Amino acid sequence: MQRRKVIGLAGVGAAGVAAGALALSSDDPGRGAGGAGAGGDGSRGNAAADAISFWGDRQAGIVTPAQDRLHFMAFDVITDDRAALVGMLEAWTAAAARMTAGLDAGTRGAVGGIPEAPPDDTGEALGLPASGLTLTIGFGPGLFRDATGKDRFGIADRRPEALADLPAFPGDALDAKISGGDICVQACAHDPQVAVHAIRNLARLGMGVVSVRWSQLGFGRTSSTSTSQDTPRNLFGFKDGTANLKAEETALLDEHLWVRDGDGPDWMTGGSYLVTRKIRMIIETWDRTPLGEQETIFGRAKGSGAPLTGTAEFDEPDLTGDRIDVGAHVRLAHPTVNGGARLLRRGYNYVDGSDGLGRLDAGLFFIAYQRDPRKQFVPVQTRLSRHDLLNEYIRHVSSGVFACPPGLLAADDHWGRSLLA
Amino acid sequence: MRTARILTAATAAALLLAACGDNDGGTTGDEDAAIAVSASDTACDVAEGESAAGTVTFTIANKGSKVTEFYVYADGDRVMGEVENIAPGLSRELIVELAAGTYETACKPGMIGKGIRNGFTVTGSSTPLTEDAKLAQATTDYQRYVKSQTGALIDKTTEFVTAVKAGKVDQAKALFPVARTYWERIEPVAEIFGDLDPAIDGREGDQEEGQEFTGFHRIEKDLWTTGDISQDGPVADKLLVDVQKIVDLANSTTLSPLQLANGAKELLDEVATGKITGEEDRYSHTDLWDFAANVEGSQAAVSALRPALEEKDAALVTTLDERFASVEAALEKHRDGDGWKPHTALTEADLKTLSDEINALAEPISRIAALVASGK
Repeated sequence: MQRRKVIGLAGVGAAGVAAGALALSSDDPGRGAGGAGAGGDGSRGNAAADAISFWGDRQAGIVTPAQDRLHFMAFDVITDDRAALVGMLEAWTAAAARMTAGLDAGTRGAVGGIPEAPPDDTGEALGLPASGLTLTIGFGPGLFRDATGKDRFGIADRRPEALADLPAFPGDALDAKISGGDICVQACAHDPQVAVHAIRNLARLGMGVVSVRWSQLGFGRTSSTSTSQDTPRNLFGFKDGTANLKAEETALLDEHLWVRDGDGPDWMTGGSYLVTRKIRMIIETWDRTPLGEQETIFGRAKGSGAPLTGTAEFDEPDLTGDRIDVGAHVRLAHPTVNGGARLLRRGYNYVDGSDGLGRLDAGLFFIAYQRDPRKQFVPVQTRLSRHDLLNEYIRHVSSGVFACPPGLLAADDHWGRSLLA
Repeated sequence: MRTARILTAATAAALLLAACGDNDGGTTGDEDAAIAVSASDTACDVAEGESAAGTVTFTIANKGSKVTEFYVYADGDRVMGEVENIAPGLSRELIVELAAGTYETACKPGMIGKGIRNGFTVTGSSTPLTEDAKLAQATTDYQRYVKSQTGALIDKTTEFVTAVKAGKVDQAKALFPVARTYWERIEPVAEIFGDLDPAIDGREGDQEEGQEFTGFHRIEKDLWTTGDISQDGPVADKLLVDVQKIVDLANSTTLSPLQLANGAKELLDEVATGKITGEEDRYSHTDLWDFAANVEGSQAAVSALRPALEEKDAALVTTLDERFASVEAALEKHRDGDGWKPHTALTEADLKTLSDEINALAEPISRIAALVASGK
C-alpha cells in the first residue's frame, strides 16, 4: 500500500510504451540487489533499467513492442463477494506495479520477511531485471453474468455489447477447459522466468477469489507491433504479421484499436478488446508439403515474406488477378476483403511437449486487440474458417474474448475500479 | 494422568481460571452435581442451560442407535472439551474448565456435521487473558483435543485390528476409514515422531531400503484387492502397538503455538497433495474421510489459537471462519449417509472445486504462523 503512494506518474506516454523512471521509495527491495551483474552504485537502477511503465493512458502490453516471451493466464472468479474481488484487484495492481518495475511482488520481498512466514514474493526472479515485463488485464463475459446467468457483482448492465461471445466458426475444435475465463492477465517479457514469476505471484495473491482456469506459455513473438521490429516467423516458417497495426500508426490505432468515447460504456473508453485463439498446427503434414504449395497457401514467398505479386515484404499484395489464390491466407485476411477491418496481433508460438502420437503439440497462440471484435475479428475469422487453404493444417482448440480497460493513471487507482466502482 | 498434565501445563491462564471458579463462591460448590445429557439420534437434551464458572461436569447417556460425540464449544467452535465415540447404551463423563461466557453444547449422533446444538451460559467473573497467556492457553486447549482424539484412535484401531485378526473383511472395511479419521485429525502431531509415521501410515512404495510395508495401507491393500487378510495378523498387531506408542508420545508432548499454526497449514497441504488426488487411499478410495478429518484437525488447531488471533488480526479470523464454512459446505455435497462418497465417484469438476476451496483456506492459514511468531 505504502508502495503505491510513492509511485510517480512517470512514463505516461501516449501509448504507454515509454520506459518510465519510477520514483522508488528508499525501503523497497530491488530485485537486482546483490544479484549477478549488479551495478556498483546500488543495483535498483539495474533492476529497473529495462522497465516499461505500468502507468499510462493505455495499458502496456498492447502496442508495446512485442516482447519475446508470453505467459497468459485465464481465471474463473470463484466468489460472489464483490469486496473480495475488489480487494484482490487492488492487491494485484500493487504487485503488478512493483513487478513491472523490476521489484519483488510484495514489500518484504522473497527473502526479507520473517522466517516463520511464507515470503510475499516467490523468489525465482531474484537478481533478474524488469525484462520489459508488461501485465495486461482483461475482463471476460463471465464476470458480468456467470454460466448460470447470475449477475454476481451487479455489473451486468455495464457489459459492453462489443464483449459478445464469439460465434462458433466452421472447423472449431474448442476445448472448453482451456477456453474463456472471467479475468485474464497477459504477461509479456524478454525473459520467460520473469513472465512466469509475475503470473505465478498474481495467481498466489488471488487464492480464494479466483481459480486458475487455463494458462499458456509462448515463445518467439509472431507479430511485430512496431516498425522498429523485424517481422518474425511462425512455426510454419512464414513471416507473420507483416500487415499488422503498428504503434507508430496512431491514426489507424484510433480507428481500429482503441475503444472511442460513445462506442460503449465509459469504463471501456480508451481500452481495447482482446481475442485469444490457440491454434494447433499439424506440423508434420505441413513439413511434407512442397514449398510451392506452402507459398500458395499463404500467398507470400517463404523467404522474403513478399506477396506473390510483389518482390519485397511490405509490397501491397495485388488481389485483382489469380496469382494470389482465392483461398490464400493473405487474401482472405486482407482488409480490403473484410470491410477494412484491421487487427493488432501480438501472438506467440507455443510448443506444449508432444501429443502421445509422436507429434509436436505446437502452434500459434493468437492474440489480437481491436476496437470491436464483432466488426473485426469475427468477420475476418468467418471468412478464414470457411475458405482458408491453411485450415487443412490448423485446428482452433481454445478461444477467449476479454474487455481490456484503459490504463491506470494514478497510483491510487487500481485494476477494475472504473468497472466496479 | 489428566489432572497432572493440565497442571504441568501450568499456564497462568489455567490457574487464573481455577481461581475465578473458587472465588466465585456460592454455586461453585456443586462441582460434583453433574449435568445430565440425554443424547439420541435426533435429540440432545442438556438438563441445565447454565452453570457457574469453574469445573463443570456433564454425564452423557447415549440412548440412540448411533455412536455419538459430545462437545462444549466456545466462540468460533473452539473445543473446550469433548467426548468422542460414545457407543449406544453407554454413558460417559466430560469434565471441563469453563470461564464465564457463552458456549454451545453439541451432540453428534453418527459423529457427523455440526451436531445438535444448545446454548450454555457460564456466569461469574473472569479477567481477560494477556497475550502470552492466550497463546499458552492455545497449547493447553489443543493438547486436550489431542487427548480426546488419541483416546478414540486407540479404541477404533483396536476394533479394526480385532476385526482384521478375526478375518471379518466387511467389518474391517467399515472400520478402516473411521479409525483413520482420528489419525488424520492429529497427523501433524504424529509426524513429529518421524519413524512411527511411516510404519503406521506409509503408502506402498514409500518405504526406504530395509523397511517393511506395514500399517493401515498394507491392510487396506489386502482388504480391497484380494480380500485375503488371513496373513495380516502380525501386521495388525504391529499397527496397534505402533499406534499405542505414538499416542503415548503425543500425550506427553505439548505443541508450541507456532507448531499449531504450522500444523493447521500442513493438514491442508496433506489434503491438497494427497487427498484431492486420491493417492492416500488408493485401494479403498476412502480419501474423503481423510479429507474431512484433516480439515477438522486444522480447524481444531486454528480454534485453539483463536483468542490470540482475534486480538492480532480480527479480520483474518473472520476470513478463516468463512473459508472453513465454505470448505465444509463444498465437502458436504459428497456425503453418503454417515460417511463419504468414494474418491472415484467425484468428477474432475468436483475435485477442482474442492481444490479451489482448500487453496482459498490454506492461503489465510499460511499467515497465522507469522502472527503467532511476531508476538505482537
